[in-house]
Amino acid sequence: MDDLIETQNLTYLFVGLSFALYIGIAIWARAGSTSEFYVAGGGVHPIANGMATAADWMSAASFISMAGIIAFAGYDGSVYLLGWTGGYVLLALLLAPYLRKFGQFTVPDFIGERYYSRVARIVAVVCLIFVSFTYVAGQMRGVGIVFSRFLEVDIDLGVLIGMGVVFVYAVLGGMKGITYTQVAQYCVLIFAYMVPAIFISILITGVPVPQLGLGAMVADGSGLSVLAKLDATLVDLGFTAYTQASKTTIDIFAITFALMVGTAGLPHVIVRFFTVPKVSDARLSAGYALIFIALLYTTAPAVAAFARLNFIDTVHNTAYAEAPGWFKNWESLGLIGWRDKNNDGVIQYAAGSAFQGKPAFENDAGASGERMLSNATSEGANEVYADRDIFVLANPEIANLPGWVIALVAAGGLAAALSTAAGLLLVISTAISHDLMKKTFRSDISDKQELLYARIAAAAAICVAGWFGINPPGFVAQVVAFAFGLAAASLFPAILMGIFWKRMNKEGAIAGMVSGLAFTFLYIVFFKFVSPGLNTSDHWLFGISPEGIGTVGMVLNFVIAYGVSLMTSAPPEEVQDLVDDIRIPSGARVAHQH
Amino acid sequence: MPSKKDEPETIYHHEGGNAPAHGRHDEEVLREADVSGYWRANLRLLAVLLSIWFFVSFVLSIFLVDALNNIPFFGFKLGFWWAQQGSIYVFIGLIFYYTYAMKRIEKAYGVDDED
Repeated sequence: MDDLIETQNLTYLFVGLSFALYIGIAIWARAGSTSEFYVAGGGVHPIANGMATAADWMSAASFISMAGIIAFAGYDGSVYLLGWTGGYVLLALLLAPYLRKFGQFTVPDFIGERYYSRVARIVAVVCLIFVSFTYVAGQMRGVGIVFSRFLEVDIDLGVLIGMGVVFVYAVLGGMKGITYTQVAQYCVLIFAYMVPAIFISILITGVPVPQLGLGAMVADGSGLSVLAKLDATLVDLGFTAYTQASKTTIDIFAITFALMVGTAGLPHVIVRFFTVPKVSDARLSAGYALIFIALLYTTAPAVAAFARLNFIDTVHNTAYAEAPGWFKNWESLGLIGWRDKNNDGVIQYAAGSAFQGKPAFENDAGASGERMLSNATSEGANEVYADRDIFVLANPEIANLPGWVIALVAAGGLAAALSTAAGLLLVISTAISHDLMKKTFRSDISDKQELLYARIAAAAAICVAGWFGINPPGFVAQVVAFAFGLAAASLFPAILMGIFWKRMNKEGAIAGMVSGLAFTFLYIVFFKFVSPGLNTSDHWLFGISPEGIGTVGMVLNFVIAYGVSLMTSAPPEEVQDLVDDIRIPSGARVAHQH
Repeated sequence: MPSKKDEPETIYHHEGGNAPAHGRHDEEVLREADVSGYWRANLRLLAVLLSIWFFVSFVLSIFLVDALNNIPFFGFKLGFWWAQQGSIYVFIGLIFYYTYAMKRIEKAYGVDDED
């Protein structure tokens, strides 16, 4: 029990220290102008921006959930690894340098000016707010969950504390404050991710580099490599082999493509490249960002494989009475459930579900002391339910690592969730104060007033996000994954064609964005919410699941935008000059200054 | 240049609020440098790099994964390694190579952003 109290005290200490650091940085890096509030004055070093982008990008989902998802999905989990890294190639090669040269503050700024249209700007704002809010709700929830699991505070109180911290540094510091806190948050989260991963890699294979440990021999004298042992074990238990695909090739392709293009089209990521001094810095900075991201993304598949192996080794065919402490800890939190189907007091793990639905616990204990469940039993030998989210959080316990590592993971999870939430809240507030207030409704406001609106909008966005965190609509978790498909089908084609095709006009852009967004949105809503019963590959368009439909939406957007553009008049001379300007890295756009 | 006040319909009105650091003005660059040569060179480079991007992420990691999985690779199956490790390393290489190659192209055609 002393250990537990010590771990908890350490967790309070680490989380408290990291929060103090974030707030300290925010006070140091206060924003004094709209330029500092929106884009940190455009003077962030490419390496610092790379770190900030990495922290901005890697959310609670990357930190907490991804390895767990891969642990269960095996090869199928590659869609996330490929999709969420490959998008940076598109960003660095096709978007970031040109948007930097464009030299404004927001993504709707580009759409609005390139397509010389208020309507286009407002459509872009709608796409942006839609994408960003679905994403941010999940982050606040993540903050609450980390608080409740590690610090034993109520989830709601955890959300409120998280809101308070983001409030201080986002409202006060704007992009400038967020950028430098994100640099600190990246350091916290990557350290917290790597330490347990290295420990576990040494434990299982004796190799201290997890990326190599994934291909190494298991140090149990079996003479099998990690993946070979995992394949053999899983097939024995009735699963598909770990390295084998279970989704169709077309669906894996579509999901990966949608995630890549969606990554490149996410406003809170794009806007980070507005903060570096030069066009060449935007390219370089995307490269650094991907290195910092890849550190975690190449470690995650190793963590996933080790965790699955460890889980099976320690749980399968173990008497419940002798099960390790973490098994019971997570059971008491409701994230592991065990039903002793054959009444032998021993835990059996196999393919298939143990019982139907999420665990619903009763108050009394079973014959072996387990928590009884009221769920209907499923067919098959499997007796264990395990929530995927526990793997990264439970890893230090599974591997018997010291208390300070567990405390570190808690601080890392919070850093991941808070940094992403702050980045998202900033683009939402910027879209409101800059694109709606300044550029659409009240062009006469001064810089000072605009800054005040930006702060009010940030504060309001935090409250809305917090409300979603405390009262999560049941569909938030599912919807987060769809933010990518929506971004891929709406913003990406409009930005890309705006740069690479001079003939693209406002009619084409608006028609493309509206049809891409509407198609993707309706497809998702139909299969996920209207007729979930039909959500099988037989009914899908081209066999593509709602997760991957953004790829089709994107193609639709391109085709409609192209066709409509050709049928309507060419964009004005002035706009074609603008396209010439953004294509060349050198020079300032003095021709258009007034 | 027409004044913006004469065209209430258009909101194209660039104030250069976050213009990148620079040495020269665009008009000067557009007049003197070989801008179309630069753009063609850029597009050629993009075509090559994006083909590699497509090849590693989709051909090696997805379409050919079953065939490549028959080949052992440092304790991995090769297709699986491309999907969960190799592609990511190639992505990093592609971005840094593009950064490097673009610097050279920009210098060669006189459009680089060095001060």
